[in-house]
Amino acid sequence: MAMKVEDHAPPPPVGMAARSLEGPRVPWRRTPEGRAQLLGICMFSPAVLYLAALIGVPLVLAFVYAFTDVKVGSASSHWVGWENFRSILQSPSFRQALVNSFIFTIVSQVLVIVGSTILSLALEDKFHGRGFVRFLILLPWVAPISLGAIGWKWILDSLYSVINWVLVALHFYKPFSAPMWLGEPHLAMASVILVHTWRLLPFSTVILLAGLTAIPKDIPEAAEVDGAGFWRILFQINIPMMLPIINVAVLFGIIFTFTDMTVVYILTAGGPFDSTQVLPSLAFFTGILAGDLSQGAAISLFLVPILVIVAYLMLRMAHRAEIT
Amino acid sequence: MQRGALRAIGYHAARWAVVIVFAVLLAFPFYWMLITTFKKTADLYTLENNPFIFNLPPTLEHLRLLFGQTSYLRWVTNTAIVGVLVVAITLVLALPAAYALTRLTGRWGQRIGIGIFLTYLVPPTLLFIPLSRVVSLLNLQDTIWSVVVVYPSFTVPFSIWLLMGFFKSIPRELEDAAMVDGLTRLGAFVKLVVPISLSGILTVVIFTFTLVTQEFVYALTFISPESQQMLGVGVPTFLVRGDVYYWGSLMAACLIASVPIAILYNLFLDRFIAGFTVGAVK
Repeated sequence: MAMKVEDHAPPPPVGMAARSLEGPRVPWRRTPEGRAQLLGICMFSPAVLYLAALIGVPLVLAFVYAFTDVKVGSASSHWVGWENFRSILQSPSFRQALVNSFIFTIVSQVLVIVGSTILSLALEDKFHGRGFVRFLILLPWVAPISLGAIGWKWILDSLYSVINWVLVALHFYKPFSAPMWLGEPHLAMASVILVHTWRLLPFSTVILLAGLTAIPKDIPEAAEVDGAGFWRILFQINIPMMLPIINVAVLFGIIFTFTDMTVVYILTAGGPFDSTQVLPSLAFFTGILAGDLSQGAAISLFLVPILVIVAYLMLRMAHRAEIT
Repeated sequence: MQRGALRAIGYHAARWAVVIVFAVLLAFPFYWMLITTFKKTADLYTLENNPFIFNLPPTLEHLRLLFGQTSYLRWVTNTAIVGVLVVAITLVLALPAAYALTRLTGRWGQRIGIGIFLTYLVPPTLLFIPLSRVVSLLNLQDTIWSVVVVYPSFTVPFSIWLLMGFFKSIPRELEDAAMVDGLTRLGAFVKLVVPISLSGILTVVIFTFTLVTQEFVYALTFISPESQQMLGVGVPTFLVRGDVYYWGSLMAACLIASVPIAILYNLFLDRFIAGFTVGAVK
């Protein structure tokens, strides 16, 4: 849809059709393209300048800070070269956060994609009550995440967790010996991943649903007539045809996961013992709470390679959509 | 024939099972907020009680505490003010830009449009450290003005992108005809294109407003006083007093803020998704 550029046959310049119908040239429209372009530049430059000031400049500053010793409240700063990177690479917290970020992103994205593929196929056909079901399913995505995460904090409470009440009632655990979901390193990581999966699954599902509406139904139907079974149609026809849209969902999912700190900040604040610390949350604690802007900036720069890869893949996808 | 019918029933049952399991898992925390909101404190904190039902009669004490003794309404007001201002700034910047990039600048417009969309991918967690310094240089820290200035940086790119899609669907002939009838290009934009794009503009308004309510990182970074706080940060930060959680009021606060936003967002969802699917869906 949106990214189509007419590469082969450029449309006639604006106003030309009208002019040729009209006959003699009207003076102020002598160079309609030129005027239109000038007006165009005036109309889009405020937005571009604003974005340059609020995204471009801070982005450059993030790189500059990473090579200086700027602190909150200090007026002067000095160039320190790679010193910040050297010291964060030696910090165990940073290494843990780097590894955690990848675990957090990869595991939650796998869960999101598997879950949303199943769910979108189940929701594809219209059925009675689909609108209401869709509203329920979308709640985690459309409600503010900091509030949803607070809901989970209560569900995972160390003493009053409803999950633990069920586990005790089913005699899996004795009272007061049930797991501390947010208090033990591995369980805390699993909880953070599951809550983030809960949050992103609806988003991925609606993207896949949008993609499914564009897939022609006659191919799987023909395969069914020819005797192909459910699983064969699923894995050899439906899922391969969904791949382009799954790619879109995964790319956005990676960005929204790798750069997110809300779920971690609210559920565990990176603890216990940095076991759930991720790069964005560590950058926050270092750069904002501890006031070490330069180290915080250096930590957050480790997000950049992933962002560049995702942006490149998106551009390639957009380019392919242009050609076909 | 018999086998086919059985199979159809099987599909049907499997689909319902999947839908119900997912719906329950995804919506459960909101059900949990609802039941917690109306439970008496003694009921909440007695381990022997079945937590799924009301063991004591329901109560409004948590709601009374939330609205009477916390800054909750203040945060709601702050968020609404910021939302309205950010919507206004977003429309002023994004509407002309989107129109110019679709209609006036030829193929360069499309390229710049993609470039602007890519800025949407630059996350707050990369920019918040330098921005915190910028905000304090501008003397905006600890006020809602800090987020009023910064929030359009993520609402404008996506809004331009959405609006470009809307403007492209308007036939060029309409504007050409209006200009033949004597309107200037700018006049055609203001008097013709904007009015017929109202549904697109409404989408941008709702989208921007919900993004403002959902933002967390910038508000957490730039604002610390309780009275200036945004909803999404105020609730998790200030309703927790020391190590004591007022779970009843906390859940009420989450539920009351979430549901209206969820309903609003849900109404316009399909249009936002069209913006995300970047050419992979025709």
